[in-house]
Parts: sequence; C-alpha cells; structure tokens
Amino acid sequence: MEDDIRELYQEVILDHGKNPRNFRHPEDATCEADGNNPLCGDKLTVFVKVGSNQYIEDAAFEGRGCAISVASASMMTGIVTGKKVAEVDDLFEIFHKMCKGEDIGEPPEEYEDDIDKLMVLSGVKQFPMRVKCATLAWHAINAAVHGEKVVSSE
Amino acid sequence: MPFLGGWKNKMVAANTALKSDTSSDYNVSAIRADFPALGLKINDYPLAFLDSGASAQKPVQVLDRMDKAYRLEYANVHRGAYTLSQLATDNYENARTTVANFVKAKTPDEIIFTRNVTAAINLVAHSYGRTFLRAGDEIIISHMEHHANIVPWQLLRDAIGVEIKVVPVDDHGNFLMNEFEKLLCPKTKLVAVTQVSNVLGTVLPIKKIVQQAHNAGARVLIDGCQGIVHGGVDVQELDADFYAFTGHKLYGPSGIGVLWGKLDLLNTMPPYEGGGDMIENVTFERTTYREAPARFEAGTPPIVEAVGLAAAIDYMTDIGFQNIAIHENKLLAYATDGLTKIKGLRIIGQADIKAPIISFELDGVHAHDISTIIDSKGVAVRAGHHCAQPLMDRFGLSATARASIGMYNNTEDIDQLIDALNYVKEIFN
Repeated sequence: MEDDIRELYQEVILDHGKNPRNFRHPEDATCEADGNNPLCGDKLTVFVKVGSNQYIEDAAFEGRGCAISVASASMMTGIVTGKKVAEVDDLFEIFHKMCKGEDIGEPPEEYEDDIDKLMVLSGVKQFPMRVKCATLAWHAINAAVHGEKVVSSE
Repeated sequence: MPFLGGWKNKMVAANTALKSDTSSDYNVSAIRADFPALGLKINDYPLAFLDSGASAQKPVQVLDRMDKAYRLEYANVHRGAYTLSQLATDNYENARTTVANFVKAKTPDEIIFTRNVTAAINLVAHSYGRTFLRAGDEIIISHMEHHANIVPWQLLRDAIGVEIKVVPVDDHGNFLMNEFEKLLCPKTKLVAVTQVSNVLGTVLPIKKIVQQAHNAGARVLIDGCQGIVHGGVDVQELDADFYAFTGHKLYGPSGIGVLWGKLDLLNTMPPYEGGGDMIENVTFERTTYREAPARFEAGTPPIVEAVGLAAAIDYMTDIGFQNIAIHENKLLAYATDGLTKIKGLRIIGQADIKAPIISFELDGVHAHDISTIIDSKGVAVRAGHHCAQPLMDRFGLSATARASIGMYNNTEDIDQLIDALNYVKEIFN
C-alpha cells in the first residue's frame, strides 16, 4: 500500500500540484467549461482557444483541487496545446482507460510521448475513488471544446 | 440545559497530560471489543476510525438484537392478528418508548420514526411549513447548518415565498447571539438551527436560542443529529417545538431517524406522506387521518431499524451518556493538543464550547490527498465540504479533513492519526 501511495504521489505529480503550469485565464479563450467534483469540493475552470482547422492554440485553467486533479490539469493543458480537437478526444479516451487500469492496446505512434507523460498519473488505478480527480480536467476540456458549460465528474 | 458534550476550549492545557484512557469508570478497551469493525486491519494497520460524525460503527448488542428481530421476531406491524405480528408490533412500539424515555418526551406519541434526520426536517418543512407559514414570513437558520437544514427551507421558500435569514458565525466558529437577536422580529415564524456544527464542532447555545425565539413568537426546530450523540437531550427542559436526529450516528442502524415534536402541535399538522397505517378511514371521496405518530408514518415503517436504534440507546445508557461525553472530551483535548503541535496544521473551528469534532487544514496539502494517504496507514477521516458548503465558503475553504471522535476511540487512534499526518508531510515535502 505504501508503495502504491509513493507511486501515486510521485515527484512529478507533486511538482505539478504545487506549481501548476498554465494556471491563468487567457483573455482570448474561445471556450471554457467548469469541472466540479462535488463530493471533494474540487472546482476547476478550463479555458481553451480553438483556432482555425480545429487546432488548440492555447489551453489553461484556474481553480482549486487536490494534488492529483491540479497536476492532471497542469499536464493536460501542456499536452493538448497544438493538437486538434479530435486528437484530444482520442487522448482522453486512452487516458481514461489508463486511470481505470484497462488495457490501452497499441496506441497510435503519434501519441507515444504524450502517453509516456500521462503514465505518471496512472497510479490512480489503485485508488478507484481518485480516478475522478485525475480525469476532472479532461472532462472539463471535453465539455469546453464540445460546447457544454459545466461538467461534473460524478 | 447542561450539555454534557460541551468542552471548554480554555481547558486544553489542563487536559493535555492525558496519556491513557483508563479513567476509573470508563473501560474503553471493553467498549472497543463490542465493535467488530474496530478489530479490522486496513492496509496492514489497525483501523483508527475517526469518522463517527459521518456515521458510527455498530456494537454487537445492536447487530445481535437486529439479527434476532429478523430471524425470529419478524412480521409486519400494526396489521396482523397473529402472534408473530403482535410480537413485532410490541418490539416496534417498545422501541418508540425507549426513544421517548431517552429524550425525555412527555409521551411516546411524540416520537415519529423517519428515514433519517433529513426526512425528519423535510417532514416539518412540508407539513408544518406549508400549513402555518405564509409568503413574507421569515425562517432563521445559522451559517453552520449542513445541507439537510438549508435545502428543505429553500424548497419551502420557492414553493410559498417565505424568506430565509442566516445568523452569522465569528472567525472562531461561535454562534453570534446578538446577531440572532437582531434578526428576530414579528415576521420570524420558525428558527431552525443545529445543536452542534458538524464541521467546526461548535456547541450552539440552543436553550437560549429557544427562549429568545419563543419570546419573539417563533417556533423552533433543533437539528440534533451531531449533538445528541455527545450527551443526549432533555426535550422538555430544552422546550423546543421540534427536535430531529438520526440513528446511524448514534451507533444504531442506518435507515431510521426520529422527529420529536410537541404532541398538540403535531396533531394540528397535516400528513406529509400518504399511505397505509396513517389513516382512520379511506373512501375514494374522503380520507381521515390518525393522530401522531401514526399520521406521519405512512406505509411499512423501518421495523427492525427501530429495534436496533433502541438497542443502541440501551447500550449507550448502560455505559452512561455522561461517562461517554467525559471520555470524548478528554480525547478532544488530547487530539487538539497533538494536532496543534504539527507545523503547518490549522484547526478550523475554535469555538468556546466544542463537541469532539476537529476540522483541519495542512499547508499545501488538499484534504482529499490527506485522506488517501492516511488511509494507507489505517486512519479513516472525512475529507470534503461536509455537506455544509455555505460554511466552507464563509471560511474560504473548499475542503477540510475532519476527525470526529466517538465513544470507542482511544489515545492510540489519535497517535496513529498524528503519525499518519507526519507521513503526509514527509511525502509532500
């Protein structure tokens, strides 16, 4: 169990949790959505600037949450910038499977680097109650780019 | 009313010498042996269960009594003209009498069995609220209410147009009596407050609140679900109009709560739910209703849960509510002292008189992370907004960790919590 805890709270996650990247409100965002985790009190807002051809030109977030949800949002905003919306959809699906401990099969080669980065969050699979923390920001960005305003991880 | 659970904050220094629970008349080891769950190992550590404020563990005396009631004494109540149904009915009604004696009601007819405290408060909001309140009338609640004592009044407001006024809380978590007095006015028709804050541990001055509200001509509902556990209640001395509590925090089963109300008042209120068992006579044109409590217990009630609740009350009564409260207060002082020594830890709620509930923050660590990490060391606490979001907003918090102490906790549980919190700090630094 203590190994699982150490795996969940790796240095990379603690660093992103304490010093989140892209923690800001960009004025030129084209869409945004709130992600609420009502049972824990986590509240994030994800801002996205979607440019022509459905490319994400900028992604950022604000809010409060646990180390896992903040680290996940921090890493996600870095990863999705420069990607197409459809690619973000793919990555979300893969990431969700990783968090739940499901087999992700042979992911497309172009996602390999991103999946390597996201792998540090896969420690949540040992903590089913925390999967929703890791996926909160992804639910929010999914809602933002597909035109919903608020999502709940419940 | 002397509130046995009350603990004066200034007594911290006097009580910090406590190192063992072996006070002469309180055998915590023997009590722990009655609770099977306390023998569990969680992640290779003995379970340190510090979440009784959310729901308490159950002693074998309750479990065995319910087992027998299901195996050998079970039938529906108030219906059958056969021996087993009579036995089940007697058990159910005797449970009502046990509850009535416990809260010192005038008569068992003042005890209505509900599903939980939430259902009890909703009953009052629907039945009393929609009958006796009018648009423009005011209901006063406190800033310390949990959602169960906020949302039913908001539903009532949306339905009939009453107004809700909120008594503020100071930075320590004290109920501001002078602000309450300012809010009282001829429009005040109901005051609904908790006996103990489930987040801050504050013990509210409910006796005084009742007196002031009555002087202003308002009825009073006390939400006793946290308070009754730490010292019981005397509803006649308190003199409120309604008092609500739940079974599962009182070491009894889930699925049962209690609404006590003054009998003459209950009998002026219309039914809340309709169904069997609450009627005198039914035709398709007109139905007449029985008096309280039957009027408010439509359908098959929580029969075995009532029996289990009575067993829990008997169990606590045997040990002594005062003895339990003294033990819990000593542990509260011990825990407060130990937690205060952890650098970066801040206790939320430093009211003058507290029940054994401690909410806290740890610098730079979210409550949810605390909860997950200390669980790996066998420690169970609640993390989150505790179903009291307005109060959390008041203190600028989105979540806290909360340790709540029950009759079976000991200093080892507290030491285990403190060790586990130091482990959290180790991971985060």
